[in-house]
Amino acid sequence: MDAKDILGLPKHSLPIPQEKKSRPHKDSQRKPDGISREVYALTGGVAPLMPSVDVNQLKKRHQPENEKITWEWLSFTSSARKDDLKLYHWVRVVNGTPPTGDYQFAKYNKSVDVIKYTDEEYEKHLTDPVISRAILIARAPSPADVSSHPLVKEPYNITQEIERKRALSMVLSQTKHQERKDADAAQDAELAITLNASPEHMEKTTAPVETGSPSNIQAASGVAPLMSMADNAAAAAASLRSLRVYLRTYALDQMVQAASSSAGLRTIKRVEQFLQELKVNLKPKVPTKAVCAEHLELRKEILTLLNLQKLLQNKEEGSSYREGSYTETPDTPKRLQRGIDQDRTFVPDSVSFGAISTERVGKRDQKRKGPGREAPSSPAQSNKRPRKLKTTDSHQENRNQY
Amino acid sequence: MVRSSDDNEKKSLVKKLKDVEISVPIVYGNVAFWLGKKASEYQSHKWTVYVRGATNEDLSVVVKRVVFQLHSSFNNPIRAVESPPFELSESGWGEFEIAITLHFHTDVSDKPLHLYHHLKLYPEDDSGSLSVKKPVVVESYDEVVFAEPSEGLFARVQNHPAVIVPRLPAGFSLPPVPAEDADKRKRVDPKDNPLTQWFTNFSEADELLKLAAARQQVTMNLCIFI
Repeated sequence: MDAKDILGLPKHSLPIPQEKKSRPHKDSQRKPDGISREVYALTGGVAPLMPSVDVNQLKKRHQPENEKITWEWLSFTSSARKDDLKLYHWVRVVNGTPPTGDYQFAKYNKSVDVIKYTDEEYEKHLTDPVISRAILIARAPSPADVSSHPLVKEPYNITQEIERKRALSMVLSQTKHQERKDADAAQDAELAITLNASPEHMEKTTAPVETGSPSNIQAASGVAPLMSMADNAAAAAASLRSLRVYLRTYALDQMVQAASSSAGLRTIKRVEQFLQELKVNLKPKVPTKAVCAEHLELRKEILTLLNLQKLLQNKEEGSSYREGSYTETPDTPKRLQRGIDQDRTFVPDSVSFGAISTERVGKRDQKRKGPGREAPSSPAQSNKRPRKLKTTDSHQENRNQY
Repeated sequence: MVRSSDDNEKKSLVKKLKDVEISVPIVYGNVAFWLGKKASEYQSHKWTVYVRGATNEDLSVVVKRVVFQLHSSFNNPIRAVESPPFELSESGWGEFEIAITLHFHTDVSDKPLHLYHHLKLYPEDDSGSLSVKKPVVVESYDEVVFAEPSEGLFARVQNHPAVIVPRLPAGFSLPPVPAEDADKRKRVDPKDNPLTQWFTNFSEADELLKLAAARQQVTMNLCIFI
């Protein structure tokens, strides 16, 4: 009931037959004369509200009374055609005389004159690089107008262009290694310049240049392919000196960067994590000369430590493939070592010896070297050192034996 | 070395001392007071941004003037301070970065040095209730290093408390420099400046200790590899 209410449908079925009757009545009443019922329905079934075009506005055709107009089906020719084809069309004839003149559309018959040339002709006359520039200049209303055009501004120099493109392709195809060498070369050049090539530095900079490097930088004198940390530090110090005035924090930043130049981003992050665990500010709060020096040294030492650990780990992983278990005499250094790296090591199956399972790792935390000293845990580095003890030794391990 | 002619003296004044650096410890930052009852929507705090000697010494021995660049919403946002104390006070409601430029005397350097300080008005912890009496103080310590100073400059500043100078090798004689007029040398009397009581005392001792301990730790670890 409510649905019918919403839809607006009649509530009772009785009125329907009434409606049916009334509707056809209405339609026949409204049907206009002149056009058919269906056409009328197209416009919406109702008379238009406003006429779309005011009839008074339409122009009346002027048909003077004295002229007699007839329409005739006549033939015509067009100057646009090369043949004598006779075509026919309706022509408005005035007083018996047909219109004169050419076919009114002949004037639109335009053609383009396309120049064709052969390859030989091209090579003979048209390959002059200067020609386009000459054309531009000749066509220009005044020299000033054309002087800003790139062609005129920089006349084409083929040898220079060949060289430029060669250099460009070499630069684009540089590998990362070569990029680094170039950067080192640039640093060395700067160093040489600022230090006015003092004797000791001449030695460093006269190492031969590797031919692979496509650098266009003419270094003061050849450059060592890879600069050592000491060289980087020296370069950084030199650039600071050349500044004359600078902030201590800026200087420390430069030196830290120089020291970490050989390290990847991950290693640098590990150094910072190490520092945080040691409760040391990443940027000193009171950067005096002494504090900065200590800070720098500390960073370098941490870097060394991490590098050595990594080296050892790589070495061990390499050598482990070769032999079976070789008994490491459980001497103190190794024990100490284990005491220090007490992180959850992932020991790949291929590398672990004996029946030591990786769950044992957790127990390592107990072994701390010496009284009172807290070895910093470096969770970031998973030291993948395999344990090279025989099974029996594992039991002994778990008891602190020092 | 006895210099007889004036020319020689002039030359030695500008001669650079190789491998020598002099440094001036500075502290820069701001102190901000909440205006409490007197606070309006646009002026809730009164703050002072400054650059001072780390031990409240007079920086004008090397600093000619300091330029503070404030937020563009301030009138004449570029404020120059020509004499110590090198500070600038204003009132406002917003925190923003202030660019501080130190301009030095001609015999010190012709290039200015830039510092950046983020103005802090509100206390770190949200629970900290705003107090009219206790200001919010944020300071940064740094040292301005002058590498290879001229002999003249060295001679001029070597006895000034604001400057740290190294000991020169024995027998080294510097050119004579007119002694600074004791009266002229304005020592910023801490009693004169009301802000002094809020300044932080920066001491390297604590940091040095921590660093030493850390280095020891790392060294022990490194021993393993020997």
